[in-house]
Amino acid sequence: MSERIGITVTVNGTRYEREVEPRLLLVQLIREELRLTGTHIGCDTSYCGACTILLDGEPVKSCTMLAVQADGGEVLTVEGLEKDGKLHPLQEAFSEHHGLQCGYCTPGMLMSAYYLLEQNPDPSNAEIRKGIQGNLCRCTGYKNIFAAISDAAAKMQTGS
Amino acid sequence: MHRPAYMTMDAKTSPGRQDAGQTIAGAVGSPIPHDSAHLHVSGEAIYVDDIPERQDLLHLAVGMSARPHAKIRKMDLSAVRRAPGVVAVMTAADIPGENNCGPVIADDPIFAPGLVQYVGQSVFAVAAETVDQARKAAKLATIEYEDLEAILDPRAALAAGSFVLPSETITRGDSQAALADAKHRLQGSLNVGGQDQFYLEGQIATALPAEDGDLYLYSSTQHPGEVQHLVAAAIGKLSKDVVVECRRMGGAFGGKESQPALIACIAGLMADKTGRACKLRLDRDDDMIMTGKRHDFVIDYDVGFDATGRIEGIEFMFASRCGMSADLSGAINDRTMFHCDNAYYLENVSIVSHRCKTHTVSNTAFRGFGGPQGMFGIEYVVDEIARYLGKDPLEVRKKNFYGVGERDITPYQQKIRDNIIEEIVSAVEKSADYQERRKEIRAFNKESEILRRGIALTPVKFGISFTATHLNQAGALVHVYTDGTVHLNHGGTEMGQGLFTKVAQVVAEELQIDIDRIKIMASDTSKVPNASATAASSGSDINGKAAQAAAAKIKRRLIRFAAKHFAVPKDDIEFINNRVRIGAESISFEDLIKRAWFARISLSATGFYRTPKINYDRSTFSGRPFFYYAYGAAVSEVIIDTLTGENRILRVDILHDCGESLNPAIDMGQIEGGFSQGAGWLTSEELCWNSDGELTTHAPSTYKIPTCSDLPVDFRAKMFEAGRNREPTIYRSKAVGEPPLMLSLSVFHALRDAVASVGGDRCRPQLDAPATPESVLKAVTAMQAEGGSS
Ligand code: FES
Ligand code: FES
Repeated sequence: MSERIGITVTVNGTRYEREVEPRLLLVQLIREELRLTGTHIGCDTSYCGACTILLDGEPVKSCTMLAVQADGGEVLTVEGLEKDGKLHPLQEAFSEHHGLQCGYCTPGMLMSAYYLLEQNPDPSNAEIRKGIQGNLCRCTGYKNIFAAISDAAAKMQTGS
Repeated sequence: MHRPAYMTMDAKTSPGRQDAGQTIAGAVGSPIPHDSAHLHVSGEAIYVDDIPERQDLLHLAVGMSARPHAKIRKMDLSAVRRAPGVVAVMTAADIPGENNCGPVIADDPIFAPGLVQYVGQSVFAVAAETVDQARKAAKLATIEYEDLEAILDPRAALAAGSFVLPSETITRGDSQAALADAKHRLQGSLNVGGQDQFYLEGQIATALPAEDGDLYLYSSTQHPGEVQHLVAAAIGKLSKDVVVECRRMGGAFGGKESQPALIACIAGLMADKTGRACKLRLDRDDDMIMTGKRHDFVIDYDVGFDATGRIEGIEFMFASRCGMSADLSGAINDRTMFHCDNAYYLENVSIVSHRCKTHTVSNTAFRGFGGPQGMFGIEYVVDEIARYLGKDPLEVRKKNFYGVGERDITPYQQKIRDNIIEEIVSAVEKSADYQERRKEIRAFNKESEILRRGIALTPVKFGISFTATHLNQAGALVHVYTDGTVHLNHGGTEMGQGLFTKVAQVVAEELQIDIDRIKIMASDTSKVPNASATAASSGSDINGKAAQAAAAKIKRRLIRFAAKHFAVPKDDIEFINNRVRIGAESISFEDLIKRAWFARISLSATGFYRTPKINYDRSTFSGRPFFYYAYGAAVSEVIIDTLTGENRILRVDILHDCGESLNPAIDMGQIEGGFSQGAGWLTSEELCWNSDGELTTHAPSTYKIPTCSDLPVDFRAKMFEAGRNREPTIYRSKAVGEPPLMLSLSVFHALRDAVASVGGDRCRPQLDAPATPESVLKAVTAMQAEGGSS
């Protein structure tokens, strides 16, 4: 067995120190070691976006990054979106606007949308399109996902 | 943890349902969110891969065939066995029971027994301590093949007479005479491609050994009962020894109807052999290579018609790629035959269906189940007729619609009693401004050299019921606890379609309690036995009825008890809004339950439902296979670039009939999602096999499902407001899982319309599906070449 490397990663605000195999994927660290199973694996090859998380504020497909590459970094997963027991407006909006069916793409979609709204609090339809381009959804046909993101953006702007 | 949004939402009852309660949360007809929405968005929803793993868990990988058709001369697995972390290896010889995971006919081996019949076929499996170790070890096998002749497409199979099942024919009238007598006659051949389900959650199963040699399985499956039976047979045990559970799937679309059995059988066999928990999760590429897809078809037609475009006689030949085994191909191809009329009356007709055996993966269920390919055939023919006569295709479509009270018998002798196609088509023709826009588009195309637009309106009529009559049954099990809360079990499975939500709404309505008082339980073979697959769009129809029956049984017991206990007549007892009115008094539901329990009244009941009125004789292909039909229509407008073939959908108008919807928000999701999936099938999703029988499009890098950029620029989907099922279905709703997929035929025909604008008058471009940019460009180029002469 190959030798293990010590890494420190902060995930959703909690600091973890782990000895990991160099080939361990970031998604495996998140799902298997930290048991945060909200981050899903859809394609294993960086196409579907189900495994999207934020690393130091940037969206990353965690199936195509090694855990050791996240050493010293701050990871945000879907489980970290909720604040003080309250869902993030995006989470509320996806539920309310039926921006999900099987829910498998939802966490990745939420992370991309979260990043989009951080960068651009008032995105146009075209900008939303660009923002979630890397996330596939097989169920919804995307219309309700657009509606959810627009609505969350509006609510966040007015602070309601 | 999180309060589901519906708990704070006003229940709305839909109009026309005065008898329904006014105020319970989650009443029938209210657009409440998916029951798991709050878990989906928080990341707490548990899919099979998320279930905490047992300490002893082994990971599995499958060794696959590298050849399309070959004898295995020698197989050396010693390197596999020696590889690090490997605990067990299994081949066909190690199966204690039946080496079969085929749903209808036992022709689908779990491990190839010395003969391989497609590239990717499972030959052996490895169990190891980690996923990596298992997958790496599986690559170390040395297999010597003796190649046999491989048949790789339906045409070759037709030529060789290679079939998985006998060919079938439906005839009515005299098509030969009608063709000979018709004023006009056209013949042609079409190709329509297959489609990978591309459920976002890949195939997966975990098997846990239990005491006494039993197995407990978590399987991502639309058909837990079948997984149970097949796993039991494989390990040489009986159904009672195996329990299968599925709380939810990350999408399925038919791809988890029969296909999960292979995955679960391998996990079950390994767990049985090693005595340890075993998990098999296919990676995406292997999933796409190993598991079945929508059938691609070649279709030949010969049609005769009059000057108005009315069809006088037609002959169809359908040949589908079934792959190496029968799987569900019999019923799928039957459905093709039942839907090659779509909404049109075909008086003199002959439909021949060949179920071709090819040395490719065994094709299987996919939303629509053969129906879409049948409709593709007839819609193409109608479009051909219109172009030949120089008429608006919509005019010809209308000319051929089934009548009401006349011209209303299908080729399989079912009388259509609920025809509303004219109404729906006229409504969407108007609301979409079809005529105006068609004129405007023609004018635009005259002026525009490179960019061309096209528009089309296509109808859908889709038969609802399993065509195998015996499958139209469902069971449910409802428990009421002494605090007045409920556990709801039924035989249906949740794949994202919202079935669990809808059935819970039915039970909430029946018992008149808020939906948050009901816990929706996982599908579980130990709760509801012998359930049919959740398929054929029938999920809410049959499970809703079964759950309603169970709840009603409990309610009847409660009424009987209350009548006696409070000495009031039974008909003076009423359940309304979490309370029960008993004569002049009213007590809470919970209070009544407590009293009933104290009086030793049973608070648990099973419910059962069998779809009435259907009867159908497969030996003659006649009778009433369908309880009713679902209808819809769509207008699509597209634009193509004639230099590159690239295209986009500019606007879509849909009008779809859900009857009286149980949950309009969920049904609308089915309409939009189904349409988009169909548009993918017809425009971008292309399956390619090379001459070695290898699927070359086995990952999302090469296989293109719709992305958010493919969403129509302007997308207007509506439900048919006057919808009400003429049959007594659950609250007069209609099934909605599959029918909307076929609304996407409007996209295909809009593309064909745009291509046709390049040629001369009355030109009829040959356009195969999927109409990828490449195939659009090919058609455009052919039109340009032909253009001068026409
Ligand atoms: S699993 Fe990472 S992108 Fe699909
Ligand atoms: S909701 Fe199923 S993949 Fe998006």
